[in-house]
Order: sequence, then structure tokens, then C-alpha cells
Amino acid sequence: MLDGIDLRIGAGVTGLLGPSGSGKTTLLRAIVGVQRTHGGTVTVLGSPAGAKALRSRIGYVTQAASVYDDLTLTENLRFFARVLGVGPDEVERVVRAVDLGGHRDHVVGRMSGGQRSRASLAVALLGSPAVLVLDEPTVGLDPVLRRDLWALFHRLADDGAVVLVSSHVMDEADRCDQLLLMRAGAIIADGTPAEIRAGAGADDIETAFLRLVER
Amino acid sequence: MRPARTLAVAVRVLQQVRRDPRTLAMLVVVPCVLMALLWWMYRDVPGPVSPFDRSGPALLAIFPFVVMFLVTSVTTLRERSSGTLERLLAMPLGRLDLLLGYGLAFGLLAAIQSVVAVAVSVWLLGMHVHSAWLLLLMAVADAVLGTSLGLFVSAFAHTEFQAVQFMPALVVPQILVCGLFVPRAQLPGVLHAISDVLPLSYAVDAMRHLTVGATSTGVAGDLGVVVGYAVALLVLGAATLRRRTP
Repeated sequence: MLDGIDLRIGAGVTGLLGPSGSGKTTLLRAIVGVQRTHGGTVTVLGSPAGAKALRSRIGYVTQAASVYDDLTLTENLRFFARVLGVGPDEVERVVRAVDLGGHRDHVVGRMSGGQRSRASLAVALLGSPAVLVLDEPTVGLDPVLRRDLWALFHRLADDGAVVLVSSHVMDEADRCDQLLLMRAGAIIADGTPAEIRAGAGADDIETAFLRLVER
Repeated sequence: MRPARTLAVAVRVLQQVRRDPRTLAMLVVVPCVLMALLWWMYRDVPGPVSPFDRSGPALLAIFPFVVMFLVTSVTTLRERSSGTLERLLAMPLGRLDLLLGYGLAFGLLAAIQSVVAVAVSVWLLGMHVHSAWLLLLMAVADAVLGTSLGLFVSAFAHTEFQAVQFMPALVVPQILVCGLFVPRAQLPGVLHAISDVLPLSYAVDAMRHLTVGATSTGVAGDLGVVVGYAVALLVLGAATLRRRTP
């Protein structure tokens, strides 16, 4: 499915952009270590992906909100905090980080789509993991909220975390420090947004993407 | 394995069930209604030993087994399809922690269900048994067996429809050859041998030993077999939980 991908992802916010079906989720799952791979190596923080030592150091948000719909936000977070072995004060911190302070005791299943995906994001923030892998965390969100979340990703990166965010919305390219453009299972460009635009001779990433594909 | 994590899973499962009071009510009320129905069916049947005393204990073994099998397989499957299982397996949670947490939570629910069903059968409907306490202990063990089988089977189901189909496929045959319809000693040789390796046979045998007129000496051995199967199925279930999936 994914062929000939050879890349390094460093500090800062890296955006993985590509249309749906291009293999973004498969690549992210391989990095988290939940994807069955056939050959190739994925190394995260010096250990092979999926290694036991990494399990408390990677925060992973799947595309669909993976939280328990029949529990409240606090109940969800308390459970995952116990599994991760982090203190209950972390729960309060991540609730504030995703701006769901007013929804602590709401059952997640009755929240809006955007609130549910933020609840799922909150779980990934527990324990301040060194690597955050976020699969389309901003889809369908209010522009104000989207801006706030990107600001949050940059704050986390400034604190030293590696943040890898996927999106199929090309407009989000300029919010990233580094970009990976993906299409049909291959990385077609890798660099800062400015480098990719200049390399393709385009004014925006959408046009750059088209030029790179048609080359 | 970490007890704190096992406990966290158990608490979380119970919190989820608490949000669903209708399921909780049905879990407790339905077995009692069925026992009352059985008592009513047999009320006017003449005989030296009441047929209710003969078949009732066997059904007290079968109900918790079947109900917990269904509840567990659907709940676990939901955990798989919602993505929370994938998230948990990417976290520092042992696979056995997860399964034991489930076993603990559903075991507790099963205990509540069995206490009520046994109390209604023995004290309200007048079922005669050697020991109501042993009857209760067996019923809880059977429920845990149902939970373990449900956890194991859910690994082979991809949809909730498939999970429910495992009930006629794996549970009904056990009910047919467990001795409820034809005493196991009178089954054709092959079927008798098959019934010898099915756990529900031992669950029902134990209940038979507890009926008045039988001897209660074999109960401990039967209980041992049922618990052994429950543990083995939990371990097999842990082996089917894969951290890496296609």
C-alpha cells in the first residue's frame, strides 16, 4: 500500500496533507505501531514503532473520536488517566487545553461532532506525550476553534513535542512548520510550505500539489 | 499485569452499564420471570419429585451463561468498532488487564443477577436444593464462563450481527447435549464424548448434584472444570487481541 517512503519527522508541527485514500491514516498507524507492516522499519524516539517503552510517550487521535459515548468527559479522561498512570490533575489540565471546561459532566455521545473530536484529542494530551499523532483532528470544526487548536498544536511543539497532524484540507498547509504532501501511497513533497511552493513555482499549496502531480 | 489498571477497566465498564438502566433492569428481572414461567408450567404436573426441582437448577446454570455471553460479546465488539480498543492497545495496558477488568465487572453483574434469581427460585417459588449458597456460587461461575466465552468469540466477529449468531452456533448445541433434554448417560457414544468436553455439561451436572435426591459430592469437581474453562478462555481471548491490525 505504501511504497518507497523514506522520511524523517522532527520537532515542530508537521502537516501530512493529501486527499482521502492517499494512505495518510496507514502511515500514521505505522508510526503509532498499530498497523501491521510488511517490511520496512519505523523508528520513533530511537525505538521501533509499537515498542512497549513508547506506549506512554505517544498520544494518538484516530479519525473517528475514540472515546466512550456513554460516559461523561470527566469519566472518560479519568479512565484513560488511570490506564496511563498519570495523576487526576492532568484531567483538569487537558479539559482546559481543549476548551471543554463547560462540558465536563456531559455525556460524550450527546456532544456535537467537534466537541467529541476535542474530547478524543484531550485523551491524547494526557501525560504530555513526546509525540502526538493526530489524524484529521480539525475536520468539520468552526474556523475559530480550528485556529485555536492549531495554536494549541504550536504551543505543544514549542514545549518540545513532535506534532504530526494529517488533513485533507490544503488550506491548513500554511499553519504547519513542515509539510508532507501525500498522494496514492507516496510522499510527493517534503519541506517547509515556502520551499514546496517555491519548488513547484506556485503561489499556494493547492496549485503546488496539482503541479507536482502533473509533472 | 497491573491490578490498578484491571480495576480501572472494571470501574469504567460498570459506569457504562449504569448509564443504561434498561439493560440493567432486564439483566435482573428477565431470569426471575423465566424461572416463574417454568414453575407455572410444571405446577400441575404430577410426580414424586417436582419437575421444577429437577429442571430448575439446570436453568439457573444456563441463564447467566447465555445472558453474559451475549452482553459481553456485543460490548467487546462495540469497543473494537468504536476505536477505543485500538487506542487502549496503543497505551501501556496489558491485554490480560483489559480482559480481567471485563471479567471482574461482568462477574459482579452476574453475581447480582444470580443472587436475585436464586433467591426468587428458592424462597419465593419453593425450589428444593441441598444448598442455596452452592447453587449461587455455581451460577456466578457459569456467568463468568459466559463472559470468558463471549470475550473469546468477539475476536472472531466483525459485526454485532455475527456476534449474536455465535449464540445459536456455540451456545445452543451446548444446551442441547448438556443433559437437560436427554440424560448425558443415554446419549449416543459420540455425542456423549462431545458433551464431555463442553463446559456447560459440567455447569449443569453441578446443578443436578445440588437437586434434592442426588448427592452433592461431585459439585467441587464440576466447579473446578467450569472455572478452568473460564480461565483458559480468558487467556485465549488475550492471545487473540492484536496490537497490530491490518
